[in-house]
Amino acid sequence: MYSIEKAEQLADKVYQMWVKAPHVAHHAQAGQFVIFRIDEKGERIPLTISAVDGDSFRVIFMTIGKTTTHLAALRAGDSVQDVAGPLGKPSETHRFGTCVLVGGGVGTASLPIIARSLKASGNRVIGIVGARNAGLLILEDEMTKACDELLISTDDGTKGFHGFAADLLKQVMAREQVDAVWIIGPAMMMKVTCEVTRPAGIKTFVSLNPVMVDGTGMCGSCRVIVGGETRFACVDGPEFDAHRVDFNMLMGRLRTYQPEEKESLERYNAHICACRGGDSHA
Amino acid sequence: MRISVPAGVVIPMHDRNVEQRLHDFKEVDGGLTADEAKIEAERCLQCKKPLCVKGCPVTIDIPAFVREVASGNFRKAAAVIKEQNMLPAICGRVCPQEVQCEGQCILGLKEKPISIGELERFVADTERAQGLVLPQRKAATGRRVAVVGAGPAGLTAAAELARMGYAVTLFESLHAAGGVLMYGIPAFRLPKEIVKAEIDAVLSLGVELKLNHLVGRSVTVKELLSYDAVFLGTGAGLPYFMGLPGENLPGVYSANEFLTRVNLMHADAFPVSDTPIKRGSRVVVAGGGNVAMDAARVARRLGGKVTLVYRRREEDLPAREEETRRAKEEGIEFVMCANPVKILGDQGITGIECVRMKMCAADQSGRPEPVPVEGSHFTIDADVFIAAIGQGPNPLLISEIPDLRRGKRGNVIVDDQFRTSMRKVFAGGDVATGAATVILAMGAAKSAAHAIDTMLREE
Repeated sequence: MYSIEKAEQLADKVYQMWVKAPHVAHHAQAGQFVIFRIDEKGERIPLTISAVDGDSFRVIFMTIGKTTTHLAALRAGDSVQDVAGPLGKPSETHRFGTCVLVGGGVGTASLPIIARSLKASGNRVIGIVGARNAGLLILEDEMTKACDELLISTDDGTKGFHGFAADLLKQVMAREQVDAVWIIGPAMMMKVTCEVTRPAGIKTFVSLNPVMVDGTGMCGSCRVIVGGETRFACVDGPEFDAHRVDFNMLMGRLRTYQPEEKESLERYNAHICACRGGDSHA
Repeated sequence: MRISVPAGVVIPMHDRNVEQRLHDFKEVDGGLTADEAKIEAERCLQCKKPLCVKGCPVTIDIPAFVREVASGNFRKAAAVIKEQNMLPAICGRVCPQEVQCEGQCILGLKEKPISIGELERFVADTERAQGLVLPQRKAATGRRVAVVGAGPAGLTAAAELARMGYAVTLFESLHAAGGVLMYGIPAFRLPKEIVKAEIDAVLSLGVELKLNHLVGRSVTVKELLSYDAVFLGTGAGLPYFMGLPGENLPGVYSANEFLTRVNLMHADAFPVSDTPIKRGSRVVVAGGGNVAMDAARVARRLGGKVTLVYRRREEDLPAREEETRRAKEEGIEFVMCANPVKILGDQGITGIECVRMKMCAADQSGRPEPVPVEGSHFTIDADVFIAAIGQGPNPLLISEIPDLRRGKRGNVIVDDQFRTSMRKVFAGGDVATGAATVILAMGAAKSAAHAIDTMLREE
């Protein structure tokens, strides 16, 4: 059992959680992830390590299905049955020169730890954080501190630049030399945004989020096609060269369990409603 | 005096009937009663030079334990087995006895060999029901040994070393110990509470188990090498795919993934259990080994019509004969001399295109080489496809230790003492041999544990 040290909501449907797990915290590097299993009946889900402090690490997640909804209901003092990690290969944060980190939605959670690692290697780091609206923006202060410069975009113009993160990336590329780019967010956002850097041949990383089971290379559920070859995101990634990733294959496989995910969440919500109904009699 | 029992009185197997077993994951084989076990044990000739022991990778004194069974001393029989094997309830169930101890049994020449596996299982189950007796531990040596991977090899090495007085830390990346015994072999062949009980027995020897620790990530190689000795038992968990068009469609599984979702994650109980699985209404399994049979029989229990496609002939199936028989009893359709060439479908699978194979001159394995027959393509309707064509050694940890010599297939190279190319690092089981059996992994692990002991005592 791994105790939850701190749990709070950051934005609409977005939560952060600090969990005590020395075996993870003492070895975690930028770009790596953990696998959570909440309880005996739980599924194993991958979550990116977003920060580390002493014996604890942080994850940030959006409530999408049953497991993330359940996780969001946990409080400090509760615990998670199993935490495996750190898993995956660390980000390649050597010295590039100027790096731009682009975060879309909850994908922004992965960026601060990468930004700090890149800074430590002597890079100039520009952060771009995009969200649908101002209410969904996360980690603004932390990114401001971790980066040399932070740019913000919202799809609806409620904060920062009115438009997409990809547009801000184009602006940065127009004004200065960019040597490496990280794009982390929903699959469609990564697919579209990495086209901005392709013509200029700028080294671009994306962090892929396919369905995983063991997270240690033993099941092949997370297979992705990179440069025409099958790779396992859990052990060969999760970060890959964006310009070589087959995003359509990734998005196709991400849809595999959509009906089951819906069924599971509905069942969980019905159960929660029934429990709350019970409380009212107390 | 031995009672002579004519061939006709051989004890039958107690398989549950098919209709019943297709609706659950409970064990198929019901095992022997005490009386049956005694009668079966009495058939043993008590050979002076027992060939059965030669056929046992962990050299259990088989005639001695069978003699105790015949006399009704079941606990004593258990003690004899556990001198050599800490996982008898598991081995009694999953060892391929027909090519090991029973295959060597002299009675097999004229009638049926002694059912050594059933007897081992009976003895272990009886002891467990009455309360396990732990073997003696030697005095603590003060030396520390790290064992990586809590599958059959790791558990065996850990148990042997703990009994020899070493402080053993056993690292496991999953949330449960057991390796393939938990994630691979289905409960209807190996009930999980039995696996857990035998693991608990190993742990009660003082082995420290660290779950959720992936060595190479949660534990650095440097930390690992700070132990006085290291045993690598990381197994062969890397699934092979066939490289077919359509192989990345939703609904295409490696056997490892399909079995893990059910055996370890209990996807059969979804949505009560959170892990989902595609319950195909028509499932095609490619392969012919025990893993293929397991995947097919699990898919059958999830409600699908299941077809097993194998590229060679039925007599070439590498699976145990009794598992093939049970698979057939359970209604799995066997299509032999055929190979999948394409997975059809757009958003999901609609069918599997296969080609007929003809058997040509013997290949390196000594079996006729299967060659595709031109123009013989045919399609099997399917919505789930499972590739059960084998696994390779787990590459992750090995790749983190560049000094470790590896073979072409990614296996760790060991000498006859199970030493790797690195000082004080030993390896055994599937990580060294490639995918093989539980008992061969256990045999290697046991020898490696003794080699570790010899090395540490000579230091």
